[in-house]
Order: sequence, then C-alpha cells, then structure tokens
Amino acid sequence: MSPEAICNLLKKRFGEAIVATAADTPHPCAVVRAVDWLVVARFLRDDPQLRFNMLRCITALDLVADNKLAAVYDLVAMHDKWAAGNREQGRASEQTGSVADDGGGLDYACLHIFAVRIEVERANPHIPSVAAVWPAADWHEREAYDLMGIRFDQHPDEVSDHDGTHPRRILCPDDWEGYPLRKDYLYPLEYHGIPGTTEYELTSPKH
Amino acid sequence: MSWIENRFEEGVIVTSLDWFLNWGKTSSIWPMTFGLACCAIEMMATGASRFDLDRFGAGAFRATPRQSDLMIVAGTVTYKMASRLKRLYNQMPEPKYVMAMGACTIGGGPYFKHGYHVVKGVDLVVPVDIYVPGCPPRPEALIEGLMRLQDKIRNSSIAKKASA
Repeated sequence: MSPEAICNLLKKRFGEAIVATAADTPHPCAVVRAVDWLVVARFLRDDPQLRFNMLRCITALDLVADNKLAAVYDLVAMHDKWAAGNREQGRASEQTGSVADDGGGLDYACLHIFAVRIEVERANPHIPSVAAVWPAADWHEREAYDLMGIRFDQHPDEVSDHDGTHPRRILCPDDWEGYPLRKDYLYPLEYHGIPGTTEYELTSPKH
Repeated sequence: MSWIENRFEEGVIVTSLDWFLNWGKTSSIWPMTFGLACCAIEMMATGASRFDLDRFGAGAFRATPRQSDLMIVAGTVTYKMASRLKRLYNQMPEPKYVMAMGACTIGGGPYFKHGYHVVKGVDLVVPVDIYVPGCPPRPEALIEGLMRLQDKIRNSSIAKKASA
C-alpha cells in the first residue's frame, strides 16, 4: 500500500485519533493521539491490508521548543503468507509437505513501511506500551524511558519506586536520577561518592 | 666472612629476603582479564604472540581477581561499572597493583566534558600504580608500563609498605 492509502485508511477508521498525517515525505508518518495508540497499533498489526508485523525501531525526541516529547515507531510489513488469512492452511500444507513453493512463511520481502509519531507533554509524558503488540517494543521502550523519560504504561517489565511506576531502566543504573538525553539534563556532580565534575581541580583522587 | 665460608654445599645461593621476594613478584605479575572497551583489544594484542607478554612472566591472564596480582583497567569505566571494579579490586589478594590503561581510565578521556556516565579517572575509585597514556596505548606502551611496574616492585621492601 502507498503511504497515502495507509493515511487515508487510518483517518477513515479512527477519525480524530489521527492528529495529522504526512504521506508525501521521505519518512511518511501519522501523528496519533497517545490515548488511542494501543487500539491503532493492534489495527496496524492485524488489519489484512496493512499487516505491520515488525516494529523496526522506536525513536524518542525531545522537542524543547514545543515543550513536548515524541516517540516515533518505525513499522515494516514483511511478506507473510500465513498472516494473510491462510495461517491454518499454511501450517497444514507444511506438515503434509504438499506445498514446496517458497519453503516458509516469511520470504523477507518488504510490502510497505510506515511510521507512527506520538507527541506528549514533557510534564506528563505517558504513552501506552505496545510490547504486547510487538515484542520488540519491550527493550526499545525501556531505553526510551531510560534516556528520555517517556513513561510507557502497562509495560511488561515495569518497576515502582519513589518516581512512580515506569519501565525498568536498561542502560543506566537502577538508582540513576534524571534522563540523560533530554536537552535540559544536568550531569551528576557526584555518584556514590565518586566526583563527577568536569573541573580538573576537583577530580583529584583521595585514598 | 670466615664464619660462613665452606659451611654449605654447592648449589646454595645467599641473597637478601627482599631481593628474593621481589624477584618472585616481578617475574610473575599475573594480570586480571579486565577489558572494558577498545583498550582491551590492544591488551589482547600485547598478550598474543607478536608482543608476547609472557616474556615478562605476565602472560597468565586470570579470569578471577583471587588469582591475579595486577588489574589492567583497559577501557572506559562508567559509574555503573565503578562499584563492580571496586569490588573486584577488593577481592584481589595482596600485593596487588592497578594499571590505568588509556585516556578514559586516566582521566575520563574524550568523555571528560560531555560523558554524563563516565568516571573521570579510575584513580577516583581505586589507587593506581601505573598510568599508561594513549587512546588506545600501543602494545609497546603497555609493555613499558609493565616494566615500570616491575621497577617499582623491585624497589619495594617488606620492611616498609610500598607507597601507593
């Protein structure tokens, strides 16, 4: 499907949940309202025309000028004959060995690609987790939380601490304060007794 | 020295205890396998046949701190790694030595100004005996560092604790 067709299909199906679309750009995408994201995600994966069966990447952006955070989900539809409605038939034919045309369910041909962009307020950045839709989202969402502080609700690997309930950090230590890749992040001046200053005079060892 | 002459059979060597202990220590500095980043590649090259760290008795890289004498901190030390590094250092038996290999370990290196996660020098975590600069240091530099460490051990005495 062309990006225009995907945009039109989404707008017809979800109406005002699709905030904006950009079809004729190098990176065609639709801006989706955060509260509707899980429903839209399931539709993108399960609709027989779309069949976005692979989440390639989640990109997190810090839009300081708009006072917003954004997550961009890059979706790919790989050719998958089982998911095209004849899943059971495909399994049966493989067991009996009657069909030996292309030797498997996936032939790694990309049908179409699309991106979904979700913008949330910096003060309250909550996006529903889609790890249940695409398992690849699990670690990507943990990283987006760790470095950008976007909170993915209902994440399968979430923890509760003084900062509330959020996905577990993936790169920084669990007791790290702040989100390092935000534009307004301030570097720690001390971590567990180790000075972290960038002044030469203050980084002399004490033993 | 007549009181000692002709009192021993052939094959007996007389030396000082300091010299003997230091000879043993300098000739078998077993490093710990502790590569953290790209410096580890140079450390591996130093251990391999072309440069052959075994010529100095330091080729036996141990995979446990309990059997090693020297911790070559080869690579970028992050805050997350610092507590593990400290624990590994504490697990090493005395006498133990630390070599800071490469710019990151010496003072944060390229991450000094803009690395939110990098320790600005491993000497803020554990005491360091030898600094080997470079990014990464060539194997010759690492061997030089090792020989300077051997000098340091040779000049130490059991009568007084070696200054860190």
